[in-house]
Amino acid sequence: MYYAIVFLPLLGFFIAGLFSFISRNKIIDTASQIITAVLVSIVAVLSAYVFFVHINDHSVTHIKLFDWIAVGTFVVSWSIYVDPVTRIMLVVISSVSALVHIYSIGYMSHDNSKPRFMAYLSLFTFAMLALVTADNFLQLFFGWEGVGLASYLLIGFWYNKPTANAASIKAFVVNRVGDFGLALGIFAIFYLFGTLDYSEVFQKSADLAVGKSDLSSSINFLGYEIGSLNLICFLLFIGAMGKSAQIFLHTWLPDAMEGPTPVSALIHAATMVTAGVFLVVRCSPMYDLTPDILSFITFIGATTAIFAASIGLVQNDIKRIIAYSTCSQLGYMFFAVGVGAYGAAMFHLFTHAFFKALLFLGAGSVIHAVNDEQDIRKMGGLSNYVPFTHMLMIVGTISLMGFPFTAGYYSKDAIIESAYLASSGFSSYAFIIGLLGVVMTSFYSWRLIFLTFNGPIRVNEKDIPNIHESPNVMLLPLIVLAIGALFSGFFFKDFFIGSGAESFWGHSIALHHHDHHHIPFLIYYAPMMLGFLGLFLAWYMYLKNKTIANNIAKLNEPLYQFLLNKWYFDELYDFIFVRPAKMIGNFFWKIFDGYIIDGFGPDGIAKTVLILSNRAKKIQTGYIYHYAFAILIGVSLFITYFIYRSF
Amino acid sequence: MTAPLLSFYLFSAVILLSSLMVISSKNPVHSVLFLILTFFNAAGLFVILHAEFLAMILIIVYVGAVAVLFLFVVMMLDINFTKGKENVLQYMPFGLFIGAVFVCELIIVLINSKLDLANIQILSNPFAKFSNMTNTQALGSVLYTDYILYFQLSGVILLVAMIGSIVLTLRDRTGVRRQIIGEQLERNSSSTVLKEVESGEGVDI
Amino acid sequence: MIQLEQFLILSSLIFSIGVIGIFLNRKNVIIILMSVELILLAVNINLVAFSYFLGDLTGQIFALFVLTVAAAEAAIGLAILVVYNRNAGNIEIENINSLKG
Repeated sequence: MYYAIVFLPLLGFFIAGLFSFISRNKIIDTASQIITAVLVSIVAVLSAYVFFVHINDHSVTHIKLFDWIAVGTFVVSWSIYVDPVTRIMLVVISSVSALVHIYSIGYMSHDNSKPRFMAYLSLFTFAMLALVTADNFLQLFFGWEGVGLASYLLIGFWYNKPTANAASIKAFVVNRVGDFGLALGIFAIFYLFGTLDYSEVFQKSADLAVGKSDLSSSINFLGYEIGSLNLICFLLFIGAMGKSAQIFLHTWLPDAMEGPTPVSALIHAATMVTAGVFLVVRCSPMYDLTPDILSFITFIGATTAIFAASIGLVQNDIKRIIAYSTCSQLGYMFFAVGVGAYGAAMFHLFTHAFFKALLFLGAGSVIHAVNDEQDIRKMGGLSNYVPFTHMLMIVGTISLMGFPFTAGYYSKDAIIESAYLASSGFSSYAFIIGLLGVVMTSFYSWRLIFLTFNGPIRVNEKDIPNIHESPNVMLLPLIVLAIGALFSGFFFKDFFIGSGAESFWGHSIALHHHDHHHIPFLIYYAPMMLGFLGLFLAWYMYLKNKTIANNIAKLNEPLYQFLLNKWYFDELYDFIFVRPAKMIGNFFWKIFDGYIIDGFGPDGIAKTVLILSNRAKKIQTGYIYHYAFAILIGVSLFITYFIYRSF
Repeated sequence: MTAPLLSFYLFSAVILLSSLMVISSKNPVHSVLFLILTFFNAAGLFVILHAEFLAMILIIVYVGAVAVLFLFVVMMLDINFTKGKENVLQYMPFGLFIGAVFVCELIIVLINSKLDLANIQILSNPFAKFSNMTNTQALGSVLYTDYILYFQLSGVILLVAMIGSIVLTLRDRTGVRRQIIGEQLERNSSSTVLKEVESGEGVDI
Repeated sequence: MIQLEQFLILSSLIFSIGVIGIFLNRKNVIIILMSVELILLAVNINLVAFSYFLGDLTGQIFALFVLTVAAAEAAIGLAILVVYNRNAGNIEIENINSLKG
């Protein structure tokens, strides 16, 4: 059964991939869509079954497939390792992937390369599943790179668009920076522990921390003594920063919206970007031994949360607002990890997958309805035309803002409470930021709703008659996700963070017991209040008094521009990295390669040969007396040589 | 100063001077005449060296045939006097320098080489064997016996030279009527005997 | 008593004069042929001198053959010259610088 879970998507990839070479055949297209959707749905059902069967017994299933690398004592194997963390991820990945597959059948119905799209989706699903079922860092890295590849392929799916190509390359390159850190971390793990197996590494790191092992506890790097565990955890987190679009390595996420909306929903809301969180949670035994790195993670996560939310306040593209929202919520997950609340982080990951995917797919529905317009300033008043989508988007939004008893309410509150209760580095900072973030999150989410669905219609005149509700094949996944967004929190909170947590998690993550009952009343209700505050502000500014927004923007023009231009990070990176890289590349291309190597190498030698032979040509004059003269000179030289030799 | 020595110096001086004149004279006829002078003096040198036959042959063949041939060609070709080219002076210093170097080197080698003439053991045709005959007889007794092959070969070379020069310079003149014996012999009566011809009419031959 | 070295020096001088004559000549081709004759003469003197001082007749025999070959070569050379003059109209050395006839 586990084989089916991991490998059915791969089968779907191969089938759809083969079909993709046959273009524009209606039967082939439909067949590829149906086959891949069915296969992933089977995986979803199986994952749900596995999850529910083992929900209380924190069991671990470890199936070794075969050895990949076996060199001396270093053995790395392909395996399927399923523990509670993995089971959560399996459910998230497979269910969202299945729903996205079904949704794509409708959304991509006008596209020319349907089989290729489905193939890439299935490839992504397989890579992600390989990532989460790994029992060693190398298979994790394989999955890591695989999802990066699938992300590149899917963002640049419409490869005839130059912006899509640029965005996919940007995503890949920025991810690469993170992957470089991850690779260095894996090298450090191997260098220090000699193995890449999770269980062995965790065991040895625990020994190292308490001084029981004979490994060196610090590594000498460029003359500085760095704690080995600190170094490893830091490097692994760099990888997580890249994949989960934390601040400094976040620039790819908004541009990744160039891809089709189902891609954004699957990869950049629910699964790939959560791989970073998964990595840190999986290595929680190691991270628990490095409190400094955890403080760093808290800081980065909290900063990302507020940073992304601030940018999302003023964006005008519907998908980018949701993208920045994702970035911000990932920051929340990371600072939950930083303060040690691994369970809360996974819970938020679980619920976030549902309501964020719902929001993205709903946005895709809206875009589909208004003929591919993505600017919310050109939408409005759509509530009469697409009421069903409107309702579902509201469901997603209330879950995101933390309306009581929705899924987001439980998970977000859990995170903020953990931040309050913790006493690790930056935890108070994270707490304040978390609260601020709630206001901003609520504000921009409701701003999106109000500007898109309420108010006067600002849609382009000629598109108005064509506004239509999406077909059922697109609405059905939305309904399933809405159910998840509403009820998954209530039903599962006990397993993740409540009383059933111990029996659920077992030893898969490091559990910390925070006493939930000693939270002050104000703090307990603060997130909910702040959420409503944000709703009120958005309602006031965008429905009641529509001029205030523009006035505030005009009064604080520099601040507005700063936020609108994403804190000028892209320009900064362009200045620091892209332009020097281009100059260096240009230098090496034109001057070093072209002038020096070619000049002194092949071209230069060819030219020199020509010049020299042109000069040498002149010796052949054709006159006998010149030749005789040359002979005489030669003879004289010979005789001179022999005379001197005999002296 | 014995007679051979004196005559040696005399002959050598004239040889050197006249060979210099050969190469530097403006008139080609003068060059050839100086060449003839050089040969005569060389023949004199040969006589000093007890090679009388060779000396006479030098005069007969070299002067009498080769140099006269040169003269014929010079006169036939109607060569202009040299126009005194300017660029001769440009190259002359360097050329003379190399030539001088060459001469000096040859002389240095000669002076420093050690020729142990007295103890050379192997002699193919020692003079002692021919002490009772003249130089001519001596040469003849060796040439037609031991060196017959080379003698014949030189004959072949001369044959080739003869044929070669004729082949090179032969040209077919147009309009020259020659006898073709073959055609004459295969003529038969039908093509020679004239038939009745009307007066005033021609006939195709 | 004449020494062998004197003959040899004389012979090398004549040889050098012949060689200088070849490449210092700007007048016409006949001078080249005459210089070749001078070179051959120098060699002949060398051979006969050695023949005398070694007491061996071989030198004179060799000199005889050199004479023969020199005559043959002079004949051929002059024949070529005559034909060339027929075609080119002159025998200026400056024009004779390509293999093409």
